[in-house]
Amino acid sequence: MARKTTSLFAAELVRPAVTASFRKLHPRTMAKNPVMFVTMVGALLTTLCIPAAGDETGFVLQLALWLWFTVLFANFAEAMAEGRGKAQADALRRQRSETWARRLRDGGGEQRVAATDLKKGDLVVCETGDTIPADGDVIEGIASVDESAITGESAPVIRESGGDRCAVSGGTRVLSDRIVVRVSAERGHGFLDRMIALVEGARRQKTPNEVALTVLLAALTLIFLLVCVTLRPFGAFAGAELSTPVLIALLVCLIPTTIGALLSAIGISGIDRLIQRNVLATSGRAVEAAGDVDVLLLDKTGTITLGNRVATDMVPATGVEPAQLADAAQLASLADQTPEGRSIVVLAKERFGLRGREVAAPHATFVPFSAATRMSGVDFADTGGRGRKIRKGATEAISAFVAEQGGRPNREVLVAAEQIARRGGTPLVVADGSRMLGVVHLKDVVKGGIQLRFAHLRAVGIRTVMITGDNPLTAAAIAAEAGVDSFLAEATPEMKLQRIRDEQAAGRLVAMTGDGTNDAPALAQADVGVAMNTGTQAAREAGNMVDLDSNPTKLLDIVEIGKQLIMTRGALTTFSMANDVAKYFAILPAMFAGVYAANAGSPGPLAALDVMGLHSPQSAILSAVVFNALVIVALIPLALRGVAYRPAAAAVVLRRNLLLYGLGGVLAPFAGIKLLDLLLTALHLV
Amino acid sequence: MDAILLITIVVGGTAVLSWPLGRYLRWAMDPLSLAGPAGRFDRLFRAFGGRLCAAQQDWKQYCSALLVFNVVMFTLAFGILGLQQWLPLNPDGKGALEGSLIFHTAASFTSNTNLQHYSGEVHMSYLSQLGALMWPQFVSAATGIAALTAMARGLPGRAQMGNFFVDLQRATFLVLLPLAALVALLMVLGGMPMTLQGAAKVMTLEGVEQIIARGPVAAFVAIKQLGTNGGGFFGPNSAHPLENPSFFTNVVSTVSILLIPMASVWMFGRIVGHLRHATVLFAVMLLLLLVKIGAAVVAESAPTPAFAGLPIAQDTGNLEGKELRFGAAAGPLWAVATTCTSNGSVNCMHDSLNPLTGLVPMVGMWLNATFGGVGVGMINMFLYVVLAVFVAGMMVGRTPEYLNRRIEMREVKLAVLAMFAHALFVLGGTALFAATAWGQGTLNNPGAHGFSEILYEFSSASANNGSGFEGLGDNTVPWNVATGLVMLLARYLPILLPLAIAGSLARKRASSASAGTLGVDTITFGGMLLATIVFLGALTFFPAAALGPVAEHLQFPK
Amino acid sequence: MSMILTSLRLAVITVLVCVPGYTALILGFAQLATPHTANGSLLTSADGEAVVGSHLLAQAFTQPRYFWPRPSAVGYHAAGAGGSNKSPTSTDVTDRAQQLVAAYGATSDQPLPADLAAASGSGLDPHVTERAALYQAARVAAARGRPRAEIERIVRGLAFAPGGFFAGERIVNVLELNRALER
Repeated sequence: MARKTTSLFAAELVRPAVTASFRKLHPRTMAKNPVMFVTMVGALLTTLCIPAAGDETGFVLQLALWLWFTVLFANFAEAMAEGRGKAQADALRRQRSETWARRLRDGGGEQRVAATDLKKGDLVVCETGDTIPADGDVIEGIASVDESAITGESAPVIRESGGDRCAVSGGTRVLSDRIVVRVSAERGHGFLDRMIALVEGARRQKTPNEVALTVLLAALTLIFLLVCVTLRPFGAFAGAELSTPVLIALLVCLIPTTIGALLSAIGISGIDRLIQRNVLATSGRAVEAAGDVDVLLLDKTGTITLGNRVATDMVPATGVEPAQLADAAQLASLADQTPEGRSIVVLAKERFGLRGREVAAPHATFVPFSAATRMSGVDFADTGGRGRKIRKGATEAISAFVAEQGGRPNREVLVAAEQIARRGGTPLVVADGSRMLGVVHLKDVVKGGIQLRFAHLRAVGIRTVMITGDNPLTAAAIAAEAGVDSFLAEATPEMKLQRIRDEQAAGRLVAMTGDGTNDAPALAQADVGVAMNTGTQAAREAGNMVDLDSNPTKLLDIVEIGKQLIMTRGALTTFSMANDVAKYFAILPAMFAGVYAANAGSPGPLAALDVMGLHSPQSAILSAVVFNALVIVALIPLALRGVAYRPAAAAVVLRRNLLLYGLGGVLAPFAGIKLLDLLLTALHLV
Repeated sequence: MDAILLITIVVGGTAVLSWPLGRYLRWAMDPLSLAGPAGRFDRLFRAFGGRLCAAQQDWKQYCSALLVFNVVMFTLAFGILGLQQWLPLNPDGKGALEGSLIFHTAASFTSNTNLQHYSGEVHMSYLSQLGALMWPQFVSAATGIAALTAMARGLPGRAQMGNFFVDLQRATFLVLLPLAALVALLMVLGGMPMTLQGAAKVMTLEGVEQIIARGPVAAFVAIKQLGTNGGGFFGPNSAHPLENPSFFTNVVSTVSILLIPMASVWMFGRIVGHLRHATVLFAVMLLLLLVKIGAAVVAESAPTPAFAGLPIAQDTGNLEGKELRFGAAAGPLWAVATTCTSNGSVNCMHDSLNPLTGLVPMVGMWLNATFGGVGVGMINMFLYVVLAVFVAGMMVGRTPEYLNRRIEMREVKLAVLAMFAHALFVLGGTALFAATAWGQGTLNNPGAHGFSEILYEFSSASANNGSGFEGLGDNTVPWNVATGLVMLLARYLPILLPLAIAGSLARKRASSASAGTLGVDTITFGGMLLATIVFLGALTFFPAAALGPVAEHLQFPK
Repeated sequence: MSMILTSLRLAVITVLVCVPGYTALILGFAQLATPHTANGSLLTSADGEAVVGSHLLAQAFTQPRYFWPRPSAVGYHAAGAGGSNKSPTSTDVTDRAQQLVAAYGATSDQPLPADLAAASGSGLDPHVTERAALYQAARVAAARGRPRAEIERIVRGLAFAPGGFFAGERIVNVLELNRALER
């Protein structure tokens, strides 16, 4: 499922959608959508009226045709949305067909079984070239895995037993080495399977908001049904005989067909838009919840900062040449393959032209970093017999080291280190033997543009909380620089979980990202939990979304998609209702042009309501019905793409949408119906 | 000019008065602390009510208590009306009433509608007037205030919504009774009759006998206006000179009509703890009220179409069915006020209003939330708020929330059910009677205006209003039964459903507001609410309006 | 069941307070403070013997020597009042207006004031506009053999603006006006 953006109406999507539009005419399918069901019944009744229409046959025939089109257009919209999802699901599924698994027998030995026969808990072996048959955890071995089938990312990833990189997905391929995988989800129940079902619409359940909206639309349909049914006796009282097709035409124009037709397409396309950003949601509900989120818990590393600290400065002690400090720091970092260590080498090179030297093993012994010593460095066996020990590390560790070497910690260096920490940096003290040379300033680099995104979030009322293992001092400095609203320093998974519970108790919806197994409880507790695809299987199961790119910043996109989804529903509901005004002004005068006329044949008082000056009663009614049908097609792109989203406060967004879709919805059909009337008249269709 | 001045003084003055009254209502209905007099009243009312007054009630218990009391109210009124010929306080010897009329009248007064298919001075004994008609004007109005109080308690999350029996007494004894006494005294001073003597027989200057019906009018009229009841003592209601003797009593009456409905909004805001929200609601209602008044006054200043071509000086607007002592603007002003609130008393004959003017009261009843009935008007407005919040909430990209609680399927369902019921009663009833002799045989005017008479009657019944296009010969069994049933259903559904919504919301977890949540205290939300009200009303009732008043208006070119 | 009993109990209490209690209070005040209006503003004849009507209610005047009130759809029936309830577009209203135009002898030079052609809401409106009274002054003066100016002076003396500044059209009470003529 590469990130390919198929054009909205690509031929390979349209053709199956057209056939699906007809297949969806099955009453059982239609009954799920009360608005369109009523429209279909109306179309059916109008069709039945054709034989008895007499000299109005041509008119009634066209009415019936356009009513059927209205239904088909609605089905087409839904089929298009489903088709786009399905195209992606098919791509996934192709990867997974015909997979065989090598299952380990309890007593030892292997057995070749179909992937479909695997049970949860089975152990399977995968070697170079094998396709991993099911979701699971690596329990033995390490391998590079090609996950491009799911993520679209061609670079292989490492999967190994233990730790946070043990999860593998069914359908991915082992490129090298051998791993043993414990199956964690049976075929058909993995998150990919759930996701496929979701995008295909097969098991799509209506979300709470969608259900509520459906109720509202059904009630409006019922009210308009009442309006149209009572209109016949009303008309009879006034001396007007209203024909069934005309009443049905009015009914279909009044009921909210626009939103009714596009409602499920909007829901499906919301999930679809997530997939296009390589995020899989396990339910439509989760997408909706994303729009409601009040608080984002963001891991500092990877989301807010680039992930690695970088050496940005060196502060030598008095009497120490800057180059001397740089040299020592570089020597201490030469064998250090961590990004921090590399950045020191790079800084020394850039600042003092010191080139990284190959230090031969006989002279030097490298001391790697360990959690116990909290420092790293290098030992030289000097020709003079006296060894030279260079170390860099945490302030306390180096102080202890210096003391051990018979020196005294340099107060000046300690103060410098303290200042660096206070400014949010990480001080790395460098010592040569018993002498402290100075401090290297390691700094978190905040991602470019992140402040702006947080400002946008703040505008729409979402607070951001940075989660970090740093000490409060460092955390505060980074939080200020990045523009987050608050932070959780020295965070443990337990604290994270507690923070989520606290926010929820205060009535806020919380979204977070996580990857480790110890994130699982928090992911499960959060209202929107986005698991990284690189994360553990436990994390992926606990969250309700998986980000295939494992990019924590994606959470911000997810929130926007959620908001856009609900916003599109609201906008189209408003538009749909606002349209009715013009339709009334088209159809009512057409229906009652003759009533209460001073003398038979002359226009009656209600002819004055024909503000659009339409050609004839028949052309007026037909124009309204055609407009009603065409507007569905015209709005399919909007339904699939979602309304324009710009972060702003609720009142501003409401005002904008109310003007655009409310006022626009009132005015647009006046123009549209008038144009169609001119067209229909010009073509002599009425 | 004097019209604008009168409207400004009456509407503006009432709006100003409603603010302190709203404070008082909050104190009386939902005291923050039971220290001092509030506590003494509380203990007194609990003592009056007995054991059942001790406990708090959830929405279901509250509704049950409300319904049971209203059944008792109906039964008592029904009993007195049915037996009036044998009961005392009947100096003019009024006879027995017809069965369906008794049902209709009891339903009408229990439901705070006060649609009258009888004529007070013709049919009713003084005991009927006071016991079966005036007493329900107190307690049915109190029922509405109590229901609003309960709903307002529920919305911020109090699942225990208070005690109906206590609230009923608070509304009756602390709110309605003192205000009624005050207004009644003003009416007495304004020259209104207040006597238990029977009709006076006089010999006119030209030597003809004239029988002058009178009675305890002032006491009756005060509560009629304050409780948005509107049931007149005399047939022509407040157009009758003995029921509204002067310009002064007319102004006092108009103020009384609007006063408690306006104050109800402030009470609501205070109890839910969101006065800014209440301010927006108040502003939306006031705007609708003023627009309607303006439209009515303008339409009614047009001359009487029937006089066209005759040598009649037509610079005073349409005077058919109006009384001169109130001034030119008073008729349309009252017509709008009485139908925006669900009062239904009239000081001119709505049947004789110019066609477009006659549309305005109907609009008032169709929307039924421009301040509306005491308590229930704000409850109706709440239904619109729910729908507006739902649609607007979606448009800002969140699951809709009202006062920090989510509007979901159940809330939407209950709200639209109430909306649908109103449309069904008005349109369905009109269709049935327009198509049959039940309606066609009772019309006082032909053509579009006849249709308007039927439409108005059902609108009035369903809005629990009580005014009418009174030319309609509505004292028939079909009319009595049909509108009687509509009044009862249209009274209790819009009380029970919103209380159910409040009960449902109260149980939900409250969320916290942020810049991303839809504020219900902004001008933008006011606009959204206004649009929701106008659109729902217009889309539902436009065809009916077109075939009635609009067609009649367009029939007569200027 | 206990809810019914509680409801009954409260019904009795509220009835007692709101009906006898409240009525007695207002009744007592009215009968003490404003006994005349409280009993219907009844007017006695010049000699004080007979009751001739109510200050607040119109009564039929058909003789030329009296000022005539506005038309009444109920024949000035004060125990069964009501308006015409005719639509202002109704031909019935036109017919009635035509008769009145004839009765008053109105012409396009001397158009009839509208209040004399339009039925009042109660059928008992005791007032006509000052214009409508002056319109009839010539007829009354002729019937009574008195100078028209004198009659007009009586009209102007009794006319008032009912709402002062807020309702400026001056009106006059027909019964009071006719009683003033008798004096």
